[in-house]
Amino acid sequence: MMADLYQSQRAMRQMRRQAMQRGVVAILDVGSSKISCLVLRFDGTGRLSDDNSIGSMAGQTGFRVIGAATTRSRGVQFGEINAMQETERAIRTALQAAQKMAEIRVDHVIACFSGANPRSYGLDAQIELESQMVNEAEVARVLSACDVPEYGEGRDVLHAQPVNFALDHRSGLSDPRGQLGQSLAVDMHMLTVDGAAIQNLIHCIKRCDLELAGIASSAYVSGISSLVEDEQELGAACIDMGGGSTSISIFLKKHMIYADSVRMGGDHVTSDISMGLGVPMANAERIKTFCGGVHATGADDRDMIDIGGDTGDWEHDRRTVSRAELIGIMRPRVEEILEEVRARLDAAGFDHLPSQQIVLTGGGSQIMGLDGLASRILGQRVRLGRPLRVHGLPQSATGPGFSSAVGLSLFAANPQDEWWDFEIPIDRYAGRSLKRAVKWFRDNW
Amino acid sequence: MQQVKRNRLLPVLFRSKVPEAQDADFAAGDYDPQGQGIPLEGAGRIRLSTKRADPAPSRWSYRLQRWMLTPGIRLGLRIGVPFCLAFAIGSAFLSSEKRRDALNMFVADVRASIQERPEFMVNLMAIDGAGDSLSADIREVVPFDFPTSSFDLDVEQIREIVVGLDPVKSATVRIRPGGILQVDVVERMPVVVWRTREGIEILDETGAHVDDLKARADRADLPLIVGDGADKSVAEAMALLHAAQPLGKRLRGLVRIGERRWDVVLDRDQRIMLPTERPVRALERVLAVNEVQELLERDVAAVDMRLGARPTIRMTQNAVEEWWRIRKASGNGQ
Repeated sequence: MMADLYQSQRAMRQMRRQAMQRGVVAILDVGSSKISCLVLRFDGTGRLSDDNSIGSMAGQTGFRVIGAATTRSRGVQFGEINAMQETERAIRTALQAAQKMAEIRVDHVIACFSGANPRSYGLDAQIELESQMVNEAEVARVLSACDVPEYGEGRDVLHAQPVNFALDHRSGLSDPRGQLGQSLAVDMHMLTVDGAAIQNLIHCIKRCDLELAGIASSAYVSGISSLVEDEQELGAACIDMGGGSTSISIFLKKHMIYADSVRMGGDHVTSDISMGLGVPMANAERIKTFCGGVHATGADDRDMIDIGGDTGDWEHDRRTVSRAELIGIMRPRVEEILEEVRARLDAAGFDHLPSQQIVLTGGGSQIMGLDGLASRILGQRVRLGRPLRVHGLPQSATGPGFSSAVGLSLFAANPQDEWWDFEIPIDRYAGRSLKRAVKWFRDNW
Repeated sequence: MQQVKRNRLLPVLFRSKVPEAQDADFAAGDYDPQGQGIPLEGAGRIRLSTKRADPAPSRWSYRLQRWMLTPGIRLGLRIGVPFCLAFAIGSAFLSSEKRRDALNMFVADVRASIQERPEFMVNLMAIDGAGDSLSADIREVVPFDFPTSSFDLDVEQIREIVVGLDPVKSATVRIRPGGILQVDVVERMPVVVWRTREGIEILDETGAHVDDLKARADRADLPLIVGDGADKSVAEAMALLHAAQPLGKRLRGLVRIGERRWDVVLDRDQRIMLPTERPVRALERVLAVNEVQELLERDVAAVDMRLGARPTIRMTQNAVEEWWRIRKASGNGQ
């Protein structure tokens, strides 16, 4: 089973390499409330500016967004596909619009999604080095020496990133290659999700005549884009409040060390409003975005909101509700989400981290007054995060709702080394010499 | 009553009869222009439940769009299709002999109509720097009938023709504003008369032929040179003639001997035979001797200067006999 995963992930890496060679790749964020698609053009590796500083684009100058489109998501719930045809149509809509804007055909797509019950595992392993020096093969050997826990039938590994290496008694090495020592130890973070969700997504993308060049968890990628460098280094949690699910990722030393998701999001707030006020979902969404909030003041009692209607019944169509009532509906649900997040963070041991920074992002984080409520529940150091600036991103796609799309662009440009980026150690191949010969031919010819 | 904004996309239903009694107020509302009654606002929403158009592209339109965005296809459509279309239309049009001829005719007509505009016409030729006979010759040789279009005139060709005429040393030809073909000619100046067996010619200082003469007397002012190849060394002849000026009227002409050296011929059949090398110097020596001894006044048939170290004099028959007689008379045998 491990080898299968290894092969499919390597195949995706191969696709990504091809896409980089062609220079164009599409980024697809399959969310519960919207599907956004960016088309990236890669023009050489990222260059630092003349004075060797990192520059205004935080070093992310290797690519440029040449097409962007967003469409209302259909058939996605809790970040998982549950109506394949609908989702396929929505993906097609977004992709077509983005391709039209970019005026180029895109064949490779890198996708991310938030649901499918992500679960984090910390793995570690230690080996005695065969030679004095740590080389690529030794790293691969120590990675494969990790004993993988039983993560359940029907689940797949989405990310498996070595986050820390220790050589003899020196820990905290990010790259031990070339160093001398006796024993090498590794800590690895592994994220598993439901395999069915991945299979559904792959199937949808295949039906759009596209090749999947990579897949990522949106918890991870929105952390990449909305946490600033220091926060990633010192430790911070990124909470991406999406439509159908709220994903949590904890970063330390520039690596994700924990990810989880709460299966509640902005759509639940909307449906609460819809049920509470007796209005259609579309109206409830509009009321939420224009008038919503979580802190009621005295003035809100007198602030009457026209909740409207379209029935033709005069009485029904001219209902109003005070803003305080609306807040009264929204607040418990937002609190519930944040409490749940708090519980997940506690379970992950977030309060043991050196830094307690929490960054709220995602479309749901735009609720007015959310930072105040969040700091009461999650801790004092809460800020609202927006995605990093990247070249060519249209103004309409710079909001916090696009942090996972932007993060996925960064991920596409500079992917982190994962388990499958290292060669399989030779002993795994034992007894399959014919396959090895074929592989050798394929690799070299 | 407030005007109700109506969704124009929805069909409007109308009441069957005009309201009356307490409903009559509503009659002030929207009347249907056709007078069918009062519209029932919102009644059209009965149809609202019909399925809205799917915003997503169909599978085939999606594929078509992707196909059209492929770089090769785009290039083909942008360049290949217009090219093929233009080529096909062009070859279809030109496939018929009649249409081809008509096209050629049309092109020729357009050309002619432009070329024959009065601005481009050349009406006459002006010749400067040539005598009457030469002008007549030039008019004869230039192969154009005026007026003609300046597009048809090849100025360079005309210049070649004019320069090809013997009496013309150089020429410039240009078309002057006002439709005049201006030919500026520099004539060759004849300096010597050259008599050969075929006839009498006049040559300029480079030995080039200028004209034929009927008689020597026509240009008695010019000195005479004779002999094969004399025209090839006219410059030397001119130098000799210049040096021979002290001889004045006695000089008859120069004779080229064997295409290598000159004889100066004087009256009384006297000759001064000059060497191939430095003939002017030799002539000057003879003239110097003549100055002092009056050599040429005596009865001398030829002064032979061909060997510079040993100038020789040939006397006439009479002089020799006279000399012998004097020697016999003096009797000393000296």
